[in-house]
Amino acid sequence: MIELRQVHKGFGANRVLRGVNLSITGGQSMVIIGGSGTGKSVLLKCILGLIHPDAGQILLDGEDAAKAEREAFLARFGMLFQGGALFDSLRVWENVAFRLLRGIMARPKAEARAIAIEKLRRVGLRPDVADLYPAELSGGMQKRVGLARAIAAEPEIIFFDEPTTGLDPIMAGVINELIREIVVEMGATAMTITHDMSSVRAIADRVAMLHDGVIQWTGPIAEMDTAPDPYLQQFIHGRANGPIEAVR
Amino acid sequence: MALTSPLAPVAALGRVVLAALATLGRLVLFAAAVVGHIARPPFYPREFMQALVQIGWLSLPVVGLTALFTGGALALQIYSGGARFSAEAVVPSIVAIGMVRELGPVLGGLMVAARVASSIAAEIGTMKVTEQIDALVTLSTHPLKYLAVPRVLAATLAMPVLVAVGDSIGIMGGWLVGVNRLGFNSAGYLKNTVDFLEGWDVGSGLVKGAAFGFIVATLGCFHGMNSQRGAQGVGRATKSAVVAASVLILAANYLLTEVFFTS
Repeated sequence: MIELRQVHKGFGANRVLRGVNLSITGGQSMVIIGGSGTGKSVLLKCILGLIHPDAGQILLDGEDAAKAEREAFLARFGMLFQGGALFDSLRVWENVAFRLLRGIMARPKAEARAIAIEKLRRVGLRPDVADLYPAELSGGMQKRVGLARAIAAEPEIIFFDEPTTGLDPIMAGVINELIREIVVEMGATAMTITHDMSSVRAIADRVAMLHDGVIQWTGPIAEMDTAPDPYLQQFIHGRANGPIEAVR
Repeated sequence: MALTSPLAPVAALGRVVLAALATLGRLVLFAAAVVGHIARPPFYPREFMQALVQIGWLSLPVVGLTALFTGGALALQIYSGGARFSAEAVVPSIVAIGMVRELGPVLGGLMVAARVASSIAAEIGTMKVTEQIDALVTLSTHPLKYLAVPRVLAATLAMPVLVAVGDSIGIMGGWLVGVNRLGFNSAGYLKNTVDFLEGWDVGSGLVKGAAFGFIVATLGCFHGMNSQRGAQGVGRATKSAVVAASVLILAANYLLTEVFFTS
């Protein structure tokens, strides 16, 4: 279980997170929605320790993330980055097996390669892709490789940062389906940040809306459309008029 | 307003000085962290070998050509300068001493700074803006250890070898010009070169080379890792790495020369 208690983070005068409280139960798929620049990525990076919160606590199974042994803590996570964040200098299989070739999860090269090819197959890529470099792949294929890398070490928790950004609607649908299937199959806890409502409906068990530095609304996906919160309704229906100010 | 405006330039200067000192402090801490990680596992031999090829092997042509032309030009200059007081015979020894003590390490360092500091800063800067460095962290890999340590170690070890090769080619450049353009006897030129050159002349240049290699790679990594967002941020990091590395090489060269040759 991931729990955020009164998490604050600012950059200079810009207070991005102003007391975020959120709980994600184990095995659940939580999707965080919110407009661009509302701090969704910052929130995710705070949990991973890529950014240090100014105040508040982040607990993982009751243990303070700030005090956890770093490598063991990170070994529990997998992450799909918005742009893929694949390492240009490494072949596709080396990207996927990166964690399996180094550190506490290291295993023999042949075994790591076999696992990488299996994970590539799981995300719908042929084995011959394994020896290509990321620059030789399309955007959709890079996302799939990123997804394969995120699940390669079978993490308990997987983060997805804007998984469908930059993809055409069909490829976005394919990625959404893959995420849903993989999360269910692995029994992993998932946290996705997105402003793509088709992703929300395909991936989420629960939804939380981040606005103005706090969680504006949270609840099961089934209740999202009928929830009375005007911020949430404006956002999910993409209305220009409402309590959320749109810069024109 | 009237009271503050005369002080505004002083305040602006103060801000610039404070920012420069803060950057210097961060650079020193960064360099110390790199050195502190060199002997601590995990090690990345593959990344080290790749850096060795990139920094050492692939810099050979540019360092060799620079040394060749510099050695030739040095021979011509010393010959024409020496002719004013009938000291043309000193050409072989001055070319050799000039190359191994100063020009080999300094010009080699500057050429490697242009070639390597820029490429390291651009590569790491691009990794930073495309979240590859964040990805490294989430994959339980220390970015400094994985990216900076192999490059800094490779540059520190490769530069003395590059300097040694550059010194040899530079002396050969002087010999070529001396024999073919200035009428020196080939065997006599080489004998003069060997007779007047001392071990520490060569050794000091190699030590300088190691120091310059450390400076080049450290500044490339530092500016790359502190790159700002976007193409402009990476461009600025690349430019800053080359400028800072070049200036620091010249400053370090003066300090090392003071230490090595003025006692």
